[in-house]
Amino acid sequence: MDVFSDPLNRDVYITGFLWILKMTLAGGVGALLLGVVLAAMRVSPVPVLRGFGTAWVNIFRNTPLTLIIFFCYFGLFTTLGFSLADDIDLNNFWLGVIGLSVYTAAFVCEAIRSGINTVPAGQAEAARAIGMTFFQTLSIVILPQAGRAVIAPLGSILIALCKNSTIVGTIGLMESSNAMKELINANGDAVIPIFLVFAGTFAVVLIPTGYAFGWLANRLAVKR
Amino acid sequence: MSTDAVLYDHPGPRAKARNLILTIVFGIALLGLLYWIYSRFDAKGQWAGNLWEPFTQASTWTDYILPGLLETLKAAAVAMVLSLAFGIIFAVGRLSDHWWLRIPAGVIVEFFRAVPLLLLMFFIFFGVPFLTEQPMSIFWAVVIGLTLYNGSVLAEAFRAGVYSVPRGQSEAAYAVGMRKGQVMTHILIPQAARAMLPVIVSQLVVLVKDTALGYIISYGELIQLGVNNLSANFANVVQAAIVAAIIYIIINSALTGFAGWLSRRTRRKGRAPRAAGAQIQQTTIEPGLGGGGGGAF
Repeated sequence: MDVFSDPLNRDVYITGFLWILKMTLAGGVGALLLGVVLAAMRVSPVPVLRGFGTAWVNIFRNTPLTLIIFFCYFGLFTTLGFSLADDIDLNNFWLGVIGLSVYTAAFVCEAIRSGINTVPAGQAEAARAIGMTFFQTLSIVILPQAGRAVIAPLGSILIALCKNSTIVGTIGLMESSNAMKELINANGDAVIPIFLVFAGTFAVVLIPTGYAFGWLANRLAVKR
Repeated sequence: MSTDAVLYDHPGPRAKARNLILTIVFGIALLGLLYWIYSRFDAKGQWAGNLWEPFTQASTWTDYILPGLLETLKAAAVAMVLSLAFGIIFAVGRLSDHWWLRIPAGVIVEFFRAVPLLLLMFFIFFGVPFLTEQPMSIFWAVVIGLTLYNGSVLAEAFRAGVYSVPRGQSEAAYAVGMRKGQVMTHILIPQAARAMLPVIVSQLVVLVKDTALGYIISYGELIQLGVNNLSANFANVVQAAIVAAIIYIIINSALTGFAGWLSRRTRRKGRAPRAAGAQIQQTTIEPGLGGGGGGAF
């Protein structure tokens, strides 16, 4: 553990995980908003909207996140001149958040859509029978029930998002995986402690998060 | 709900008019977005023929894209086989009656599911050489990383699958005198594998996508050769990335389509366990039984 008693190294470690935390939060909000809109599109009566949602999901779910992040940097930023902040780190951070959001939104959309599929048809039929419109049916009857069914998958997606945010390191952000690489290269004699600290931090945070979501999902499950 | 169409009535005249208006409004917005992208590309000269032209030449494909694709598929194929084996072994380990097998298997599976794959690959590629004092093969760094992560996720999928097999199946097998190992290999695993087929294949799609992480440790796969090296020669990074994305989408859509075909086929013949039918819906959403890692993303 000598490596981490050096304040410089501790700084590298803390900065790395702060970036991960920020990307998880920003990417999570972006992906959730985008995903809900996409899911609403995919079940809507308008064919163009449905097609757009389907295309989005099929494109982004089947493309590696590495390629999306790569494209955000070398395509959007370098080639097309799409700049988001003057500070280079902040710019890379926001480019990474865009990549994470558009990628994760495809999974959020699919999770919500399968959540909608767990709501029995009778619920929607009853809502329509008393004269509710599509938006009323969706927002008052279907989504509240579907929302409780999708807690577990959304939890898994959030955890995956947190782990995926290490990929933004490809475009030069000093997040935890790059931080680990740097520490390993500088301290070849302490490779295992360094790995265990970095991996352990993820495990200690994410494993309980997973169980918490599982517990919450059980508690809030619609009993049928 | 079997079809999405339950959400709304069959459109009457007013709804039809409204849908038409929405279609037109959104259609125009979509065209506007496409035009904006087009003009953005145009302003930076990204439609210039010489940037797209390399893709019509055979040498581009034989020198960059196909070798890269081959490396991607090679790593994916080896890692698929290894992670399926890893998954079965650790699923059985976690289901064991012996605590000294169950607990280590559980710890290993939970740990590798919670650690980002990139972190794992960095450790294997940059860290392990310090320990063994010889260089790590980059191919094996990618494959071992993929195996540990995807194998752990598959182990959870198999375990969930074993739980979804009706109890009567194993009880009947014990009743006819099978041993524990026989019950597992002859009765539970085959049915579990069929029940969890959608999850398993979607995890294999993840595996194919995750080979792209090899690019970050400069393994010569599709992104490294087909995007990075190609665009270094032709200055067409946007175009190369689009072509690579299309290749990935085709491969993964084919895998997903294959999974759909396979599960329809097993379901029609009634081979998938019936009692699990209701659970399959849920387990496709959440393979991990609420564990730490998160599955097919």
